[in-house]
Order: sequence, then C-alpha cells, then structure tokens
Amino acid sequence: MPEETILELVDLKKHYPVLGGVLRREVNSVKALDGISIAIRRGECLGIVGESGCGKTTTSKAIIRLHDPTSGKILFHPKGQEEPVDIASLSPRQLNKKGLRHRLQMVFQDPTTSMNPRMLVKNIIAEPIKEQEKLSPHDLETRVVELLNLVGLNKDHLFRYPHEFSGGQRQRIAVARAIATNPEFLVLDEPTSALDVSVQAQILNLLHSLRQKLGLTYLFVTHHLLVVKYISDRIAVMYLGKVVELAHTDSLFENTCHPYTWALLSGIPSTDIDETRERIILEGDVPSPLDPPSGCRFHTRCPFAIKVCSQIEPQLIDTGGDHLVACHRSHDTRSLFHNHATKG
Amino acid sequence: MAKIIEAIDLTTHFYTYEGVVKALDKVCISVEHGTTFGLVGESGCGKSVTVRSMMRIIQEPGKIEGGKVLFFAREGENEKTEELLSKSEAWMQGLRGDRISMIFQEPNAALNPIMRVGDQVAESFTFHRKRSMSKKILKDLASPDTRVFPGTRGLQRALYTIASETPNALLLKISRKVPLLKRWEKRMKLEAFRRATEIIGNLGIAHPEEVARSYPHNLSGGMKQRIVIAIALACKPDLLIADEATSNLDVTVQAQILDLLKELKKTEISSILMITHDLGVVAETCDRVGVMYAGTLCEEADVRELFTDPKHPYTVALLASVPRFHQEGELKTIEGMVPNLVHPPSGCRFHPRCAHVMERCKTEVPELMTVGENHKVACHLYDSKGETDA
Amino acid sequence: MDTAIDTVKPEHPRWREFKFTLYRIFRNPSAIIGFGLLFFFVAVAVAAPYIAPPKYEHAPYQMPHKGFSPTPKPPSAQNLFGTTSGQYDIFYGVVWGTRTAFKIGLFVVGIAGFIGISLGVISGYYGGWFDEILMRIVDIVWSVPLLVLAMTIVVAFGRGLENIMIALALVEWRWYVRVIRSEVLKLRDQDFVQAARLMGLSDLKIILRHIIPNAIYPVLIMASMDMGSMVISASFMSFVGLGAPKGYADWGQMVALARNYIVGPPDDPMRFWYTVVIPGTCIILFVLAWNLIGDALRDAFDPKLRRR
Repeated sequence: MPEETILELVDLKKHYPVLGGVLRREVNSVKALDGISIAIRRGECLGIVGESGCGKTTTSKAIIRLHDPTSGKILFHPKGQEEPVDIASLSPRQLNKKGLRHRLQMVFQDPTTSMNPRMLVKNIIAEPIKEQEKLSPHDLETRVVELLNLVGLNKDHLFRYPHEFSGGQRQRIAVARAIATNPEFLVLDEPTSALDVSVQAQILNLLHSLRQKLGLTYLFVTHHLLVVKYISDRIAVMYLGKVVELAHTDSLFENTCHPYTWALLSGIPSTDIDETRERIILEGDVPSPLDPPSGCRFHTRCPFAIKVCSQIEPQLIDTGGDHLVACHRSHDTRSLFHNHATKG
Repeated sequence: MAKIIEAIDLTTHFYTYEGVVKALDKVCISVEHGTTFGLVGESGCGKSVTVRSMMRIIQEPGKIEGGKVLFFAREGENEKTEELLSKSEAWMQGLRGDRISMIFQEPNAALNPIMRVGDQVAESFTFHRKRSMSKKILKDLASPDTRVFPGTRGLQRALYTIASETPNALLLKISRKVPLLKRWEKRMKLEAFRRATEIIGNLGIAHPEEVARSYPHNLSGGMKQRIVIAIALACKPDLLIADEATSNLDVTVQAQILDLLKELKKTEISSILMITHDLGVVAETCDRVGVMYAGTLCEEADVRELFTDPKHPYTVALLASVPRFHQEGELKTIEGMVPNLVHPPSGCRFHPRCAHVMERCKTEVPELMTVGENHKVACHLYDSKGETDA
Repeated sequence: MDTAIDTVKPEHPRWREFKFTLYRIFRNPSAIIGFGLLFFFVAVAVAAPYIAPPKYEHAPYQMPHKGFSPTPKPPSAQNLFGTTSGQYDIFYGVVWGTRTAFKIGLFVVGIAGFIGISLGVISGYYGGWFDEILMRIVDIVWSVPLLVLAMTIVVAFGRGLENIMIALALVEWRWYVRVIRSEVLKLRDQDFVQAARLMGLSDLKIILRHIIPNAIYPVLIMASMDMGSMVISASFMSFVGLGAPKGYADWGQMVALARNYIVGPPDDPMRFWYTVVIPGTCIILFVLAWNLIGDALRDAFDPKLRRR
C-alpha cells in the first residue's frame, strides 16, 4: 500500500503540572510524554505497547485531542486535503468547525463505562450522526441498523440498554458508535482487555475486517504483546514517555534491537509448552515520571548500559529496513542479547 | 501422590432477583501435595466461586448447596482429613491464613491504606501464632539478659504463661482494655513485627526494615503484590490459592512475581492453586490444569498433555482463540456466548456452542471420566470406552 | 448471531426499567409504609374542600372559629378533633394544614434544588475559579446554622409563610450544591462523557443529556428527605411566632396556638392533649413518610445492590 502519512507527531510533549506550596505554584511536572516524533501511515494498524506509566494512553488521547498537549505538533492529513493541519493548536470548537472532529474517533477500554447507562443503544449510536448531519428519523434508524449489522448485531438490539448486553456485545456497540461518522482514524485503547479470551478473538477479527472494509487507520494501544502482534502492521514500544523502538511487527519480534523491548518480549508467558525461552528479569521498578533518569531513560535498568547512556539521550534512528531504535548501542545489541543468553 | 485438598461434587447457587444462578454444578477438583494446579476458564465459568466455596467465603445471596471439601492437614508426620463444609466459622477462621492462604487480584484492595505494611504482615502472626510466640517470649523473659521494665517481670511472665495456653482467656481479654496493663502485649507485637520484616526479606525485597515501616501508597504495584504474598505466607501455609494474582500487573512485573512464586515453591510453600484466564501463565507455571466452563469442570490433565493433546471441544476452541507467539492464520472464534446460568443449557452446558454436538449431549450431563494417563474429560465424545466416539 | 436475550421482549425497555425500579423500592416493607402514608396525605390534601368545607370562600386557609375563648374545647360532635386556643377548629386546621405542608415542602425543595443543582453542575463541570469562589461562598453559608440564618432573614423581611419558605430555600441549597458537585466530578472523567466530547457535542448538551440524568440520584434521595425536614423547620418557625399569620391552617401554627396548654391544670395535666398531639402526630407522620421513602430510594438506587 502506498506509504502516505495520515498523522505525524512532531516532538509532542505533555507535562502534567504538580502544584505545591502555599501559593500552588508549579513545582514539578509529570512528564507523561516527553518528545514523541512518529509518522502514522494511512491504512495501517500501528500498535503502541508499553507498561503502565509509559505514556501510551496519553499519546492516544493527545492525538484525538481529548486533552491539550504542552508543546509539539500533530499534523493531520485529512482525505481530500492537500495541506496538513496542525490540530495540536486547534481548540475543540475549531476542530468541529473545520469538519475535522468526526474524522478522529476512539474506542475505549471498558465497555461498561464508555456508554451512558441511561441511553438506549439506538440513541447511543445515533448521537454522533445527529451532530454531523440532519437526517429524517427514518433515515437515521436505517443508518443505525446498517451500523449494527456491520458490527455483527441486528435491529432487535435497538431498543435496549447497554447493561442488557454482554461485554463483547457492548464493545461492538462502542465500535459501531465510533464508526458512525465515517472517521478516517480510530484510536483503540485496550479494546479487548476487559473482555474474555474467546470474545477477544471475535472483536479482534471484527476490527481487522472493518479496517479492510472501511479503509480505516488504527492506533492500537495495549499492554498485551501477543494481541498487538496479531493485529498490528507496525509496533511502537514506549518507555517513560518516549518511543524506544518502532518497526514492522515481524521485524520487531525477530530482530529486536532495543534492550527494553527484548526484556519485554522475553517476559511474555507463552502457551507453546515446549519452547524454553530465557526470561529476562529486569531489576527494580519503573522510575518515576516526575524525575526521569538523565540521558537514556532506560539506563538505570539496562543490563548493557555504558557511560554515554547516562549522559546523552539517544535519538530514534532508522537502522535500515524501516526499523527505528533509540539506543546508543543499537548496532551491537543483537550480539549482546545472544551473549547474555549463552552466558545463562 | 498425596492430595492436599479435594472438592467433591461441589454445588453452589446464588439466589438473585433474576432467579437462581446455578454457579457450580458438581465440580470435582483435587490438588496434589507439592504441585501447582491451574484452574482456567473465562469470566463467569465459576473458578473464583469454586475456590471461595472451598474456603467458605461465599456470602449472601450465595449458598453452598452440596458436596464435600476434604483438606488433608499435615501436622508433622501425621495427616488428618478435615471436611471443611461441616466446620464452624470459628474453626475456618483458624484455618484461613494459617494452613490455607489466599491472594487476590487487586493489591490495592487487599492492603489497608492506613496501616504500615509490616504491621499487616505481622497481623497474620498475632492472630494465628499467639501460643508459639508466647512460649518464645517466656523463654526470653526467663533469661536475665532481657531488659524488662523494672518490677514487671513477674507480671509479664504470668500473663504470657496464660497466653501460651489460652491466648483468648477472659483475663487476657480484660487486661487488653486496662490502660497501662495492656502494654504487656507490646513485646509480642514487636516480636511479630520482627518476624514480619524477616519474611519480607525472604521474598527478595531489598531493605526489608524500611519497606516494613512504609505504607502501601509508598510502594509500587509489584511491591504491593509481593507484600500481599508475604502476608499470605507468614504462617507457612500448606496451600496457597492465587486468584488472578498477576492479571493486573505489567508484563515485566508479572514475570517477577511468577518467578518469585517459583522460587518460593522450593522453600516456603508446598502447593499452589492458581486461578487465571491467561493460558500462557498456566503453561509456564502449573503442573496440572483444570478447565472450567459455565460452572462445570470440562477437562483436567497434566499441563503438557493439555496443551499438546486437548480433548474437550471447549479446550480445543479456547486454545485456538488465543493469540500465540507463532500465530498462523486467523484466530478461531467460538460461536455463541457464555450461557445465562439462571437457565443453563440442559445436559452438557457447552452443547449449544460445540462443533461436535450429538443428540446425547442435549439431555445427558457428561461424567468426568479418565482418558489416557491421568487425563480426565467430561464429554460424551470420550465415552467409557476411552476412545473417540464416532 | 449471538443474542444476549433469548426472546425478544415485547415491552418497551423504559417500562421494564421502571418496573424493576418499583420492585427494588417495594422490596422494603418500610417503603410500603412510607408510600402508604404519603398516599394518605395526598388524598387528604386533594380532598380538603370536601372533607372540611371552607367557611370563608376567598380564604380557605383561614381556620373557622366560633368565639374567641382561649380555652380549648375537647372533641365533640361539631368539632371532630376539638378546638385550640381561640376556638380554631383542629380538624379543619389539620386537613388544610396538609396542603400547607405540601406547599412548603415542594416550594423549598424546588427552589433550593434548582439553585443548588444549577450552580453545582456548573461548578463541578467547569471547575476553575468559579468553582473555587462558589465553594468558599458555600463554606460561609454552611457555617451558619439553618434556623438561625432562616430566622435572620425572616426577621429582616417580615413574618409570613412565603417569607419562611424563601428563607429556608435560600439556606437549604447549600446541600444540593455539594452533593451534585461531587457526582459531577465523578462523572466528568468517565469514558462516556469523553466519548460525547469526541462527537463534538456542546457542553450544554453533555450536561443535560449525560451528566444530569446520571448525577441526579443522590439529589432525589436528599430531596425526598428534605420534604419532611423542611416542614419541621417551618413548623418550628411558626411555633416561635415567625411563621404564618394567626389562624392560618398550618400544623406548626396549631402547635404554636397550643403553647399555653401543653400541660393542663395540675390535677388533670392531659386535659388538652388534643391540641398538641393531633397536629404533632400529623407532622411526625408526614416527616416519617418522606424519610421512609428516601431510605427506600437510597436502597433502590445503590449501584452495588442494584443489579445482583
């Protein structure tokens, strides 16, 4: 597929101020996002993985402008428009006026809280449509039923409340609501984490087929590595507010370059009973985002850290084959991993 | 091999507005001494209810309707079989935390936010081990090296002598209310705290004294879960039950905790009953696995057998719907939905969704039968002949 | 395709929800008593002109009295419940007093609720300096006891039933602000509100459609309890002499009229029991009804118990 960029993040930062003292001045800040620069391609599914506190949810919410970034640009290339728009600087009202608001939508993690418990399914799905265009009640209902069918439900489900459904079905309704306004870009924030294992498979397959059918671009945020491996084309690994590695899925798993990714992947519990993989146990805990380590943020826990790692922050560089890594020793890492394994 | 706990025909119902939820239907589970048993299934399958029924912590509107739970207590050389469902609540309180411990999913909910972490670990001691601690203190008091508030040695010795036999004697209960007198227990509390710090150190936590003096909010998620484990292991139980203990943790922290449990298995705990929905965790940590669906046990086998040769259609479908490291092709989904347990399907509860359903499945409930080496299935496909039917 | 519900239920979901709520409320025997009492009072209030025909057509709340004698007369054929000081018919007063009680309750709760909810919602949703300032004002209003504040207002603006009602409303709103603000704070960060913002909904629509319907429950419970307690506060003010004009059919007024006859002559202290006990019982039962209803609503709306 042509590699057309749909969204580009340029040095995006989000700091949450910590107020202190009598006069409530800003004394410190939680550096949830500390300079992210990635380009998302149209039609792909980009997975973002990382542990809690790494900033993946903050990134996803920043992109769809659920909160205001502290600095940086978010360049959105809407379909049919030549010029990209920096949506980081637009207010919600401006986004609406420019007709951009409905092109960026989100599916939330918990289907129980992501829908108003007092609204009927029909109204939940119809609401975003009503905001965008004026349809007659009949046309509106037809469209809602169309959307329900797309997600595997039917018109019997129109006049019910969300709590009457199972978790998987609620998530389908949430997806129907998200695609109701014909968006271009969809953020999926852990959409299957609250669901059962077998239902997860249904939802993942649904999302995959919808992406093909409707030509959507996904940003799939999760902590579950096997799920992201299944559904994503490319994966970005985040640690403490920065992207440490960004590559095509196969390349990331087979050709891991960054030590953090390597430790992360080794920790996945696998159902392949015969496979014996070395489990890399990282020392200590994730440092606080209030005071991230100097230089490379991972250096405090990295088994291969050298002097330069604590001084200079590595940049995200392409090591060839569209595989970006932020590590001073990226050319060495493959052999380092191998030696570590054989050392035992 | 010797068993540590066994549930036979356990049946539990919940009486709700919607009707009677038949949460468990004649579930039979046995855990062998020295092994890790994994209980897997999706939400609503009854794995938590099973374990809570076994520990008798089911509350209104739930009620254990039938069955037996046999606990094979070990006291030194002797083994004593106890039937848990017939015991009094007081007896069960003595059992919980002492011989069988349980840890849960959410460490934040398990820890008291206003108590120091070390005190919470010590609480387990002060509840279960009053006698042995009193005896130890008596020995200390006998030695003239021990510093005692002048004039109170005799009094303390008297009180601890009573405590070493009947820790809950009326006299002691009264003494706990009297302002100055109640300080006699301080010695025991300090001893308990000291032991708590020791246990925390045994779990591989650096600077155990500092950690014991901190509060839950000072600790990270992984540390909190470790403290929860410390509380559970304080009295060296025979069985540890872990109810989705790592589900809420990050991958790397989960790896640390699972590693820790593996280490502890060698030294502190003998048997673990692990409940999880993550098949990968089961594959890595368990010796034997039981698969539950809609309140019934479908299959039970050694872990290797289960993953290489699953027999029950549900197990097969479940394994096919989980993304694997080396995934080939699409994930296979299971048609249909988990049934409503107020009106569970007749016969085999999985029959509406089974790819191999037969007429018999709709009416007859399949018995759990042994197929092959230590491999039990509850499915009509594997009838008494022990081979695949048709 | 999978369906959650085995059969397509013919009834409308809102009706089903309503029936379920009714079930939840009436599971409680005290709820039945509460609603029973309320129904009784409503019936009396509605049927007042028929049960106790007014003597003065243009002023039905004026209790009729034959004569001016201060000594109350016991129940008899002409005066079913007897008369109080000034020969006011107790039966008439009690029946029309029911209407007054409802008037007071609905007015105070309505006004206080409206002010409290509007301010509380804006404060909770937008936060910022408006929230800070409003909360400080509420703190100040809170530091003064209800009755003292209400009495001050009434003394300043003159006595009368309308003034008491306004005074009470101006003080009672402080509860509603706090309660609804805390609910709004909880809801503001919920996913479905975020989803509404993603649709481009204006703040007003979000508040009306998503926030208020979900935040209103604790306020409803509080409102039902307030119906009772406001009547007590108004009765107190009447007792002290700040309330309705003399002869007005109001339970508090009637207890006030009986002030000198609570204890009768030393040899027969209970002689004038009917002057106090009858209006007093009405107040007690009215407040009890609303309290029981409030309790039942609270149990019914408790999200933890709601859907077991």
